[in-house]
Amino acid sequence: MACDSWTEKLDAYFDGELPPEEARTVHEHLRGCPGCAAEGVVRLQQKRAVQSAAQRYMPDPAFRARIEKTIAARRPSIWSRSWIPVFAATAALLIVAIGVLSLNRSRNAERQSEFQSARELVSELVDQHVATLASTSPVDVVSTDRHTVKPWFAGKIPFTFNLPELQDSPFTLAGGRLSYLNQSPGAELLFRVRQHQISVFIFQERGLPAAQADKSAPTALSFEVRSWRHNGLRYFVIGDASPKDLDTLSELLRSAG
Amino acid sequence: MPLFERLYNFAHWLTQDRQEAEDVVQETYAKALKGFRSFQQGTNFRAWMYQILRNTFLTSRTGLKPSLPLESEGDCEIIATVSDTPESILLQRSDRELVQQALGRLPVLYREVLLLCEFEEMSYQEISAALAVPMGTVMSRLSRARRALRDAVQELRGEAKKVI
Repeated sequence: MACDSWTEKLDAYFDGELPPEEARTVHEHLRGCPGCAAEGVVRLQQKRAVQSAAQRYMPDPAFRARIEKTIAARRPSIWSRSWIPVFAATAALLIVAIGVLSLNRSRNAERQSEFQSARELVSELVDQHVATLASTSPVDVVSTDRHTVKPWFAGKIPFTFNLPELQDSPFTLAGGRLSYLNQSPGAELLFRVRQHQISVFIFQERGLPAAQADKSAPTALSFEVRSWRHNGLRYFVIGDASPKDLDTLSELLRSAG
Repeated sequence: MPLFERLYNFAHWLTQDRQEAEDVVQETYAKALKGFRSFQQGTNFRAWMYQILRNTFLTSRTGLKPSLPLESEGDCEIIATVSDTPESILLQRSDRELVQQALGRLPVLYREVLLLCEFEEMSYQEISAALAVPMGTVMSRLSRARRALRDAVQELRGEAKKVI
């Protein structure tokens, strides 16, 4: 094929491994060659699909603790060298001095940054909620029975959670699906109240921004959002139902523990 | 612990077994701690850790056999992988489970190079260090791995159609 010499370079081009000049010529060629451009789209899609699919397995928290213990047990032998404690003490003093000086300055920036992170987090979850509602198959496990939905997540996420009894409430459980946030798997549960649908996201607390966890999260794009943490997990309740409905459902979930 | 979760994910992909993955990761950390003095400052720590993990995995498997035959990789050339019908094998994010199954079907040599390149976003040089193979081998193996993944995806789609 006439374009063989170009297609041979596509992988390296999309992997960012071509020298700038060569990358520029490939880029120009792709703009003018529909065949190579189509091939490029296929390769880029595959690259992204593997990126997404490859994040699959999470270590068990107990295993992490075991490894941390092993590492901690080995540390003293390294630190027993006489010069290291002296060096460490000096370094620590320096760090404290620099830390005190920059603390006030960094606090404002941190607050700003945490607030921004929390907003981005909520925004990402609202997007996921909207995508769920728009989907032709919004849930992977379809059941109103909490004893069916909860076990479905076993082995798919690295934690477990409790679901409340909804018999005397206006809410019904529609089902659940896997969700991902910050490259970690979590649960998305879909509840219905009258004509409204509410998503409840549950993720491990570790790795999420610390701000706003125990307060009502900001309303995003007119959706009501509630968030809290419990037992190392972070809960997010998102929907277009009334604030009272979200508060009631949040309370039911909290009481289920 | 930097890299812990990623090393575990990689180990689980290699071993396809939780217990075995834990064993491999545990031994990797033990070896890394023991051999830290042999780590050359200025070289790539991440590639060094993955190299230890991979060697640990390989030595844990006596008579490791890839699930599909591998071609000899001595002086292979890079194969142009032009698809006949690109739209038929376009992969979307919604194909996540399909891609996971296809990855699981690949020989370990292909699976690991794809994971290091696509998921760990390592440069060819880093992959070369982690796998202890020349850069040319990284490129040719990667090219074959991508082709094999596309074939596996098509195969799985074919199987799904038969079931329907």
